[in-house]
Amino acid sequence: MTQKTIAATALSREIREHKRSVRETALETLKNIQTLDVSVGAFLTVLPEEELLAKADAIQKKIDDGTLTGPLAGVPVAVKDNICTKNLRTTCASKILETFVPPYSATAVEQLEAAGALIVGKTNMDEFAMGSTTETSAFLQTRNPWNLEHVPGGSSGGSCAAVAAKEVPLALGSDTGGSIRQPSAFCGVTGIKPTYGTVSRYGLIAYASSLDQIGPVAQNVSDCAALLEAIAGHDPKDATSLQRQDCQFSAACVQDVKGMKIGIPEAYLQEGLDEDIREAILKAADTFRALGAQVETFPLPLTEYAIPAYYLIASAEASSNLARFDGVKYGYRAPEGEGLHEMYKRSRSQGFGPEVKRRIMLGSFVLSAGYYDAYYLKALRTRALIRESYTKAFRTYDLLLAPAYPTTAPKLGVSLEDPLKMYLGDIHTVSVNLAGLPAISVPCGFDRQGLPIGMQLIGDAFAEKTLIRAAYTFEQAADVLAAAPAGKED
Amino acid sequence: MAETITLETIDYVSILAKLKLTPEETEQARGDMQKLLDYVEKLNELDTDGVEPMTHLFPYGNVFREDTVTNQEARTEMLANAPKTKDGQYLVPKTIE
Repeated sequence: MTQKTIAATALSREIREHKRSVRETALETLKNIQTLDVSVGAFLTVLPEEELLAKADAIQKKIDDGTLTGPLAGVPVAVKDNICTKNLRTTCASKILETFVPPYSATAVEQLEAAGALIVGKTNMDEFAMGSTTETSAFLQTRNPWNLEHVPGGSSGGSCAAVAAKEVPLALGSDTGGSIRQPSAFCGVTGIKPTYGTVSRYGLIAYASSLDQIGPVAQNVSDCAALLEAIAGHDPKDATSLQRQDCQFSAACVQDVKGMKIGIPEAYLQEGLDEDIREAILKAADTFRALGAQVETFPLPLTEYAIPAYYLIASAEASSNLARFDGVKYGYRAPEGEGLHEMYKRSRSQGFGPEVKRRIMLGSFVLSAGYYDAYYLKALRTRALIRESYTKAFRTYDLLLAPAYPTTAPKLGVSLEDPLKMYLGDIHTVSVNLAGLPAISVPCGFDRQGLPIGMQLIGDAFAEKTLIRAAYTFEQAADVLAAAPAGKED
Repeated sequence: MAETITLETIDYVSILAKLKLTPEETEQARGDMQKLLDYVEKLNELDTDGVEPMTHLFPYGNVFREDTVTNQEARTEMLANAPKTKDGQYLVPKTIE
């Protein structure tokens, strides 16, 4: 299911050394997509060849005249379809935005373009990023490149599958409750959820604004670091964007974890965790020990309250954010009934899928008079306590090690039956969003079915460099993907 | 026990949510919401008295900027996304009888 391509930073070096052209690279990427995406289904929209080549040539010119010298110059990148791209359809995988063509680009996209990256298309996702399998997409079934009968995870399933299948070396995803880290784990790729406020949310179609972050997906840690470095930075258009001076993430790709203190939250190894994953995590802990880090388990309190708090807060914010889809300024409008309000209701009811409606309903309920205190404020208070429990943990530990998800990728068609059960899977990821922390998902093994296992490294706020250093050191030492089950890598 | 969700509650919430649910969807929504609320009831085990609700992760304060226009005129592109327009404006169904 995969193509042999080289990683992004290596690719751009070849381009800068004139060993290959951007045009050649663009054509190869298109060919990869044409060949592989028939079965993987990662892309919702691909740039037409003529347009892509024109962009490739423009980038080439800037490389040749010395304007573009960075590690992303000429590198093809896929963008999740909830991130606005000027003049390129952006749907959130929802019928309600099926025809939406943004008149502007997200800041992260502008930064990518300024770095000379070549945006090739838009990737499939769970509708409005609500889901864990990419099965709530209104348009397309994305499959896991490691086994086409399994889901790629979600909600950034298209981005992670595209990178895993090596259709593209890099992709942007977004992570509200695990939507970069979990599909990265399922697809055997590397993904980072940055500290809240590190990457501008301007142009990211909002799901839950206090939790959403855009982040990189790549084949390895250094590519992830390079991509994050390109998109991080303060943006006056996002009032929650931070003024950070420490975004030289590529420089953190150093092999050294000596003396690092890593904690494994006990609760994350308990019931419900696949045995193969537990073993892989413990083996990763041993690898870190062998590299000179100190690793121990410790009790992290309140982990069982993260999911209820998360779903209340995320649904509340979603119900408010998605109020803008009313069939007036953009998107789907139902064939008119009687009057304005009837048109709103029909457009929304026909335009949104079941999972989106479920969360809008829950969110509207918990924000309604009489229930606001008992549910929404209670969740916000719980959020403060969860944040505090992490703050305490980081007084002792430099990093936390955890699974990215309790299972490997489930089969297609089984997850949507029971929404609550699907939500419960997010136990290892949502508290990171509630606390605004950075985390990286890195491949750490394979289960007995040959499906990838991902581990998560969680850092204190602003500790991306520590995360990247540890993940890079682990990746270089363990070389997990080299031990891929036969039949996958060519 | 969590709040009991009746079909009337769902009807009321669907007005707030601006959704028109079929009878089957209403019944489904009632069951789903009941199940979720029973589950989130778990939060009541936690003593949160005196804990400030966390609305922001970092102490931002107010963020101000000059109110200057930085984007270009894009009326045509904006209107191109609208389902219905008339005379360069958004067109909606009749609102006042």
